Amino acid sequence: MARMPTRRRIALSTIAAWLVGFLIFFPILWMVLASFKTELEAFAIPPSFLFFDWTLENYVTVQGRSDYLHHAFNSVVVAGGSTLIALLIAIPAAWSMAFSPTKRTKDVLLWMLSTKMMPAVGVLVPIYLIYRDFGLLDSLTGLVIILCLGNLPIVVWMLFTYFKEIPRDILEAARMDGATIGRELIYVLTPMAVPGLASTLLLNLILAWNEAFWTLNLSTLQAAPLTVFIASYSSPEGLFWAKLSAASTLAIAPILVLGWFSQRQLVRGLTFGAVK
Amino acid sequence: MATRQTQLLARTLLTPAVALLFVWMIVPLALTIYFSTLHYNLLEPETQQFVGLENFRYFLTDPAFLASLQNTLVLVGSVLGLTVALGIPLALLLDQPVVGRTIVRLMVIAPFFVMPTVSALVWKNLLMHPVSGLFAWIAKLFGLAPIDWFNDAPLFAIILIVSWQWLPFATLILLTALQSLDEEQKEAAEMDGAGPLSSFIYITLPHLARPITVVILIETIFLLTVFAEIFVTTGGGPGLQTTNIAFLIYSQALIQYDVGSASAGGLVAVVIANIVAFFLVRMVGRNLEA
Amino acid sequence: MGQITLQNVQKAFGPVHIIKGANLEIADGSFVVFVGPSGCGKTTLLRLIAGLEDVTDGKIFIDGKNVVAVPPAKRGLSMVFQSYALYPHMSVRGNIGFGLKMAGLPRAEISRRVEAAAATLNLTPYLDRKPRELSGGQRQRVAIGRAIVREPKAFLFDEPLSNLDAALRVQMRIEVTRLQKQLGTTAIYVTHDQVEAMTMADKIVVLNAGRVEQYGTPLELYERPANLFVAGFIGSPKMNFISGENAAKYGAATVGVRPEHLRISREGEGWPGTITVAEHLGSDTFLYVDAGPIGTLTARYVGELSLAAGDRVVLSPEPARIHRFDKDGNSLWT
Repeated sequence: MARMPTRRRIALSTIAAWLVGFLIFFPILWMVLASFKTELEAFAIPPSFLFFDWTLENYVTVQGRSDYLHHAFNSVVVAGGSTLIALLIAIPAAWSMAFSPTKRTKDVLLWMLSTKMMPAVGVLVPIYLIYRDFGLLDSLTGLVIILCLGNLPIVVWMLFTYFKEIPRDILEAARMDGATIGRELIYVLTPMAVPGLASTLLLNLILAWNEAFWTLNLSTLQAAPLTVFIASYSSPEGLFWAKLSAASTLAIAPILVLGWFSQRQLVRGLTFGAVK
Repeated sequence: MATRQTQLLARTLLTPAVALLFVWMIVPLALTIYFSTLHYNLLEPETQQFVGLENFRYFLTDPAFLASLQNTLVLVGSVLGLTVALGIPLALLLDQPVVGRTIVRLMVIAPFFVMPTVSALVWKNLLMHPVSGLFAWIAKLFGLAPIDWFNDAPLFAIILIVSWQWLPFATLILLTALQSLDEEQKEAAEMDGAGPLSSFIYITLPHLARPITVVILIETIFLLTVFAEIFVTTGGGPGLQTTNIAFLIYSQALIQYDVGSASAGGLVAVVIANIVAFFLVRMVGRNLEA
Repeated sequence: MGQITLQNVQKAFGPVHIIKGANLEIADGSFVVFVGPSGCGKTTLLRLIAGLEDVTDGKIFIDGKNVVAVPPAKRGLSMVFQSYALYPHMSVRGNIGFGLKMAGLPRAEISRRVEAAAATLNLTPYLDRKPRELSGGQRQRVAIGRAIVREPKAFLFDEPLSNLDAALRVQMRIEVTRLQKQLGTTAIYVTHDQVEAMTMADKIVVLNAGRVEQYGTPLELYERPANLFVAGFIGSPKMNFISGENAAKYGAATVGVRPEHLRISREGEGWPGTITVAEHLGSDTFLYVDAGPIGTLTARYVGELSLAAGDRVVLSPEPARIHRFDKDGNSLWT
């Protein structure tokens, strides 16, 4: 049993932690505040922190613009689609490697990992040209394919580490109880794997939602997800800070919520199980 | 060990994933190698011509390559240094008894979930803008001249933004590792007469050695190809001051349409990443046995 | 019915032979224990019978039918795992009834049989709990319930009691034995604990390095061990072995005497030595005696014997209880 820390120590570390936490979180907070300001207040000097005329005008404007909804829809399709397809391909593969390993399983896993290490720029040119020739540039299909392949190794890995933790005994018990492989999957493995599946799904949604190399290079308008839409605000002509903030807040809010739910699994997913 | 029947099934289920990844890895890489030996510009697609290693010579001797290599190394090195150096004390702090720890944790982790284009623009406009940014206002409060970040210290500005994004990652991993440190080990050290400092040096730090390595390797993989942050803030400039290798290849491929040279550059990037990946894969592999 | 026959069953993982040809006849309704040190192949042999592993060679008959090509689910056996292997997301009721559900029995029938099994095992109050809400002993009983509810041809137990604490282990040992006798179902039980083997078995199979060293009733194994390995493995404390000149006197390469068959006296004929450790349990006294050139001997006395470390004693074997072995370690029967 650890000792009870003294009150003084708790007080000190609490103050320090909240201070540091606030500093790190501040840019996000500042952005959210700016999204409720008028454009004038958003870049007024001296800045107003809380005592400004709170307004929802920016959100109304952003929501009202058809292109915002269009890009948000693209983000949902690209992130959701690539994640679901990756899961469909990865579940059988991870199941197979976790429960029926061979001498080569480890090599296969490491090889999959190494495909993730290949820098995207290394294959930018051929992918761009292939996409151009097949008419996949600026298409949702193209983005779904590339993000699905890009994240497939992480999905396989995460599922593998979760499946690995399901005791083999239990699956054998089901086999002794007369379950066929199909029923074993439905009644025993899937219910036990749900937490792992859920966090894999979450992490992959986050990664795909925020992906900003392929989306910036392979889409411009029709298929452009929010990453690209936000990037278009970087052009120097309009200083629509408040609207940028509102659009950004909307773009990151869902992912922030998902991310907070999956933070524990995040470590495991991003380190390929090297740190748990 | 299982029966033959299940083994056959297992092979079948593994095949789609392996086949897809194999194609995804081999086809583009082979094409990159092929293009890298061609004189091939998208603006004049008819004049494809085999030039051997000419593109590599051109790419590697281009002053832009040396500048971008230097920028890449400075960017990767600085961000690694900052995130690890700040991540360790931050993780130690969050490991302390803190009232409302969950909320603090959430605040610390949040930047990691912000999409790169958003964080780059928020920093560029709301914080680092030389006239209306918050930093400029703070500088004026103290009677200092505001810094024009993206003109006077563009690479540093990008380092700050990227470090802000990756600090949560380092902290979270180190914190997870700290929480797996056996409390009894620390108590044993205390019984052996170790104070808080020696306990940190001899018990905690060795325990963190492995997660720190993991942080360094994984961050390196991602940091070598930082792209969106540069794309939306500086566009590689001014001059070549914020052009890293990823951005250089992008501009050669999709701005100058020089396929051959960009492919040669791409292969250079693959080689650099593979050096890092080699160590990471070995580490993870060792972990797989345990 | 549950008569099981193994004919020259072999199992190899690559070049490593885990089971080197096992032949056994297990009679219907009998309780057979596989015992041996870890790595001897006892669990593998059980899994071969279960069908969780394929045999490399040989035949396994259940009620006269060769089942080596039959999947585990169709062999009509049920198994209790060392880790219990309960389905964590199902209630006790769901766990016990899972096999019946897989067999497609009507719901009412499942419910009736699950409740009957639960009543036998005193699990009725816990039927709607999840495994994680149960104690170790209760989980163990759920695992057993899952096995008995299917009315299998035979039960397979894979070290089922090794995760329980000592007191509970003794209690469950008795419960399992009683249950098996009551149901009259064949049982094969794997353990590394020779006390479990001796107390529970009708017949014991002693395995070592993938070979069946001896197959017999507990008392046969105790009184007439086939070789040095069985002699040393069965019995607690271990049998004393003496070789060299002192064994040659008995016309053997090695002689063995169980600690309980050594007479302890202050003087007289026998093997003199000095007590190094004396353990007083009240019911028994164990003496560890340094007998010079003969080596360290263990002696057991039923009841209390007031001797202490440092005391000199003389140990003499009961002549009828001396086991003789040849130079290959096989018993020389008289």
